[in-house]
Amino acid sequence: MTGFDFSVIPNAVPFLLQGLGLSLGLTAVAMAGGMALGLIIAIARLSRFRYLAMAAALYVNGFRAVPLILVIFWFYFLVPLLLGRPVGALYSVLIAFVMFEGAYYSEIIRAGLKSVRPGQWQAAKASGMTYLQTIRLVVLPQALRKMAPLMVTQGVVLFQDTSLVYVVSLHDFMTSASIVANTQNRIVELYVFAALVYFALCTAGGALAQRLNRDRHHAH
Amino acid sequence: MSYAWNWGVLFQSPYLGWLGQGIAMTIVISLAGWAIAITIGTLIGVLHSGGRGAMRMVTGSYINLFRNVPLLLQMFLWFFVVPELLPKTVGTWLKRDLPHPEIVTAIVALGLFTASRVAVQVSAGIAAVPRGQSMAARASGLSTVQAYRHVLLPQAFRIVVPPLTSEFLTIFKNSSIALTIGVYELTAQTQQIQSFTYQGFEAFTAATVVYMAIALVVTTLMTAIERRISVAGSAAKG
Amino acid sequence: MVAMIRIEGLSKSYGEVAVLRNCSLEVARGEVVVICGPSGSGKSTFVKCINGIEPIQAGRVVIDGDDLPSKPAAAARIRSRVGMVFQHFELYPHLTVMENVCLAQIHVLKRSRAEAEDKARSLLERVGLVDKEAAYPGQLSGGQQQRIAIVRALAMDPLAMLFDEPTSALDPEMIGEVLAVMLELAREGMTMVVVTHEMGFAKAAADRVVFMDRGEIVEVAETRRFFAEPSSERARLFLSRILAH
Repeated sequence: MTGFDFSVIPNAVPFLLQGLGLSLGLTAVAMAGGMALGLIIAIARLSRFRYLAMAAALYVNGFRAVPLILVIFWFYFLVPLLLGRPVGALYSVLIAFVMFEGAYYSEIIRAGLKSVRPGQWQAAKASGMTYLQTIRLVVLPQALRKMAPLMVTQGVVLFQDTSLVYVVSLHDFMTSASIVANTQNRIVELYVFAALVYFALCTAGGALAQRLNRDRHHAH
Repeated sequence: MSYAWNWGVLFQSPYLGWLGQGIAMTIVISLAGWAIAITIGTLIGVLHSGGRGAMRMVTGSYINLFRNVPLLLQMFLWFFVVPELLPKTVGTWLKRDLPHPEIVTAIVALGLFTASRVAVQVSAGIAAVPRGQSMAARASGLSTVQAYRHVLLPQAFRIVVPPLTSEFLTIFKNSSIALTIGVYELTAQTQQIQSFTYQGFEAFTAATVVYMAIALVVTTLMTAIERRISVAGSAAKG
Repeated sequence: MVAMIRIEGLSKSYGEVAVLRNCSLEVARGEVVVICGPSGSGKSTFVKCINGIEPIQAGRVVIDGDDLPSKPAAAARIRSRVGMVFQHFELYPHLTVMENVCLAQIHVLKRSRAEAEDKARSLLERVGLVDKEAAYPGQLSGGQQQRIAIVRALAMDPLAMLFDEPTSALDPEMIGEVLAVMLELAREGMTMVVVTHEMGFAKAAADRVVFMDRGEIVEVAETRRFFAEPSSERARLFLSRILAH
């Protein structure tokens, strides 16, 4: 290969943008689903029902012990089998990401819930609130401020992790860049460009997390 | 759901061999990558925490660069792009004469990526040592290097062991990404077994069990180390 | 006469360590009882067992004729009728004063927001803090926060009020304003159980004094008698130490 030709990139922009859309969409769904699932798991893990807490701990430690690629393969194989009919890779991957992120978000949420002083739990309980009311009205709003920066940081990691859908040939940003790189035979240009885009977006996300962290310290 | 179970497949030739090779490969590239990560990561972490101006900027850039690009893409960059950017003879050697280029690349990429994460933990660990310790070390006449070697690093090391344990575990998981450049590590081998035999349950279960076993061994080992290095009279911080 | 609060044979331990041993006490309607004793005597745990926020292991607690049940939902209903004031106030830092006072009224008693706010305003007026309704707890002094915590508990129309060392986290100059509110409450006939070291308050407001030591109720006596001639040696020692200051 002689000389570099970055002019392939403008032509490829619509295709690459589509890929970026999938990456961002996947990130958004996995974040929202992961947080919702993570909240349920965190509450289960703090519950006074021992078996429920143990099941939640098993879930979290199980998912945290295995690589995301293996989880993607698992669900890519399992989901059609369980449903009894072929479904697109996208659905399998969405479920895999939500389940996987749920384990990680639950740890952030659990730490956040536990960071609220015991006196606050007691005060809510003393006023007659139920356990779930206490979490929803008193504990979670306070914990959210502490968790927000970590949630954004986890979101940045997640955004990078969406590149792994490459292994089931979903056209995310990474895979799209790779397709253009190989069909146009412009490997250096495309991969460098893709790196720059990821770097810019992740740096922005990191800056947001830092700002949330600063705001939190100013608020008190 | 109709599925024909056959756990025996895992113990048949050649699949048992593939599994064994996969486990060995995962362990080799993870440990080799970790050796790079801990060396370069500690160095960068120390330089970052003590440095000012240019030094802090260079180390900070390293950390940001490697943390903000997906590891998969980093593997591609080392494998496909870097040989093109180097002088022609070196590039050709990398592509043609280097034995097992995909394995070497995977180790380098894993190592340098993890180094950035180790650096963050090390510099945070040093920052967590009370400021008075550094002043006390200087006041007693120790040089900067001596202060780091005898006072700051031993304390930072104890603070940093738990987060580094988690990074050490992560490198085993991240090593699976090497399959994208053609390294037949554990995940790749089980994926291959499933596509040859359609016994996905058995194959992926085997991989899951091995990764969990690795996690268990690493955690047990690190708990033992943490206990050995803990200083009497100082409460463990959660 | 039916006791407002009846505690029978209450025991509790953390593992091997017994915190409460076979404690019994009856508090009549409109009565003010002060609980005192050296630190670590279990008095704070005892008062938290009365509304069940500390689980009990043996014995029973009866509030206004109802057993404090072990079922969470039923316990919550009874708990909402017993107000509690904490040592560290425990106002919710993310809510304004008004929201703090209204939260449980709306979500536990199912009052409308307007109804809850009316109630809150009239009570805030009584403690002289109606102008602080939009403030956040972090913007107020400790004495103001504790008076609002009292208002928050009163807004639930409690049958009885429990106080767990309500002034021990306050700067000395703020203790008076909180005690004044409590004194007024006592005069109005509120049933109160107060854990405190403020012996001045006990003398002025308490009908009876309970002395606890090492997880046991050592002595229960009418206030005047308790200060004049405590019957136990341990209470005498405690009084001589605390009154020497």
